[in-house]
Amino acid sequence: MRFAIAAGLLIVTTAGPACAAEIEVTQHGNQFSAKELTVKVGDSVSFRNDDPHFHNIFSLSDAQSFDLGSYPKGESRKVTFAKEGEVDVECAIHPNMKMTIKVAK
Amino acid sequence: MRALSLLVAALWSLPALAAADVKPLVASDYLRPAQAPAPAGNAATPARVELGRDLFFDPRLSGSGWISCATCHNPALGWSDGLATGMGHGMKHLPRATPTIVNAAFNTLQMWDGRKKSLEDQALGPITTEAEMAQTLPALVAKLDAIPGYRRMFAQAYPGEPVSGDTIAKAIASYERTILSTESPFDRWMRGDAMAVSDAAKRGFDVFRGPGNCETCHSGFNFTDNGFHNIGVKDPDGKPDLGRYQERKVALMKGAFKTPTLRDVALTGPYMHNGCYKTLEEVVDHYERGGVVKDNLSPNMKPIHLTAAERSDLVEFLKSLTGEPMQVSIPQLPQ
Repeated sequence: MRFAIAAGLLIVTTAGPACAAEIEVTQHGNQFSAKELTVKVGDSVSFRNDDPHFHNIFSLSDAQSFDLGSYPKGESRKVTFAKEGEVDVECAIHPNMKMTIKVAK
Repeated sequence: MRALSLLVAALWSLPALAAADVKPLVASDYLRPAQAPAPAGNAATPARVELGRDLFFDPRLSGSGWISCATCHNPALGWSDGLATGMGHGMKHLPRATPTIVNAAFNTLQMWDGRKKSLEDQALGPITTEAEMAQTLPALVAKLDAIPGYRRMFAQAYPGEPVSGDTIAKAIASYERTILSTESPFDRWMRGDAMAVSDAAKRGFDVFRGPGNCETCHSGFNFTDNGFHNIGVKDPDGKPDLGRYQERKVALMKGAFKTPTLRDVALTGPYMHNGCYKTLEEVVDHYERGGVVKDNLSPNMKPIHLTAAERSDLVEFLKSLTGEPMQVSIPQLPQ
C-alpha cells in the first residue's frame, strides 16, 4: 500500500493491484487542481468534476490515449496508467484546461 | 476595494438571482482589461502597431492585389463582413463566417476550430491560403521588401530583423491587439450607472445568467469560455462541418465550434459559424428550440424555456454589449 502526497491532490484510496495508488484530480473553475503530476505505472487518476457544467477529459498522447466522455458536476472518471511516459491531458470542451501526468516505473 | 465598490454598485440595481448554480455577481469580472496581453518577443510599440495597421489595410498582401485583411475584417461592419460566410479569392464563398476580430487578442485559440494558437500564428494563415488571399510567403516578402516605405517601417519596428513572414505576422498581430471593444452601456451599468441600460436589458441579464443558460459558455468580460461546443447548427448544404474535431479527434468535438465573443454583437451578424441567422432574435429562438441538429449536441446545451418577454429582454441585454465603434484611421499605404 503506497500513499502519494502532492499539493492540491486528494489521495482517495489505494485499492487495486498491490502498491497501486489512486489519486484524485478535481476540475474547478475550468482548471485542473494540478498542472503536473507524477504517478507510477499501475496507478490510477480519478478526475472529479466540481464545476456546474460538463467537462470532457481526454489525452491523445502516444504514451496513453483516452477519452473519458463528458460528465457533469459531482461525477468522476478514472484512468489507470499502464506504461511509462508523459501524458498530456486536456478538456475537449475547455482547451485551457491542461495538465501533464508523468508516468514513471 | 474597487472591486467591492463595483460589486455593491451593480447589486444596488440588480435583482437577485435564485438559481442554485448562478454565481454571485461580481461586476468587475465583466470589465475588459485595459490592454490585451502581448507575448514575449512581440511587445507592442507604436512602430509595430503602425506597421501592422498598414499591412492590415494593404490589398497588396494578397495574390490578386485587391484583398486586404480589412476586406473581410471591415471596421465599418463590426470588423467582420456582414456576409453569412466569407468571400475569398476569385469572389468565391468560403465555408465559414468571418469572425469579428474585436477582442480577438484575448482569445486563447484563434479561428472557429481553434487551429491557431495566437494572433501571430494566425496572421499568415488567410494570406497564404489559396481560397482566401492566395498569396505565397516568398512572393509576399519579396513584394514588401521592394517597397522602400515598408523597408523603413520594418527596420524601425523590428530593428535587425529582416522583412519576413515572422515580422509580418508579428506586426499584424500587434495592430490586432489594439482592436478592442469600447465601453458599452452594459459596462457603464457595471461601473455603477444604473441608468445606462434599460430595465429590459437588466432583466435580460438575469435571463442570460439564469434560465437562458447563456453564461455557461458566454462567460467573463469577453463573454466567451474560449471553449468548443456543438450547439446544433444546421449546415445549409447538408454536408456537416466537423469543426473542432478536425483539430482534436475527440467524439464530442464533431460539429463543435469556438464560443464567439458577444462584445459588439449587434454589429457582427450574421451569426453562428456559418452565418445562418441574421438577427439576435433568430439566435435566441435557436437556443429555445435546443438547436436544430440534435446529434452530438454539447452536454452543456440544456433545454431552455423562456417566455416571449424573457426572449425579448435577453435580446435587449445582448444589444447593451455593443459600444460606440472604435475610431479607425485608414492609412495612406507605404510606397
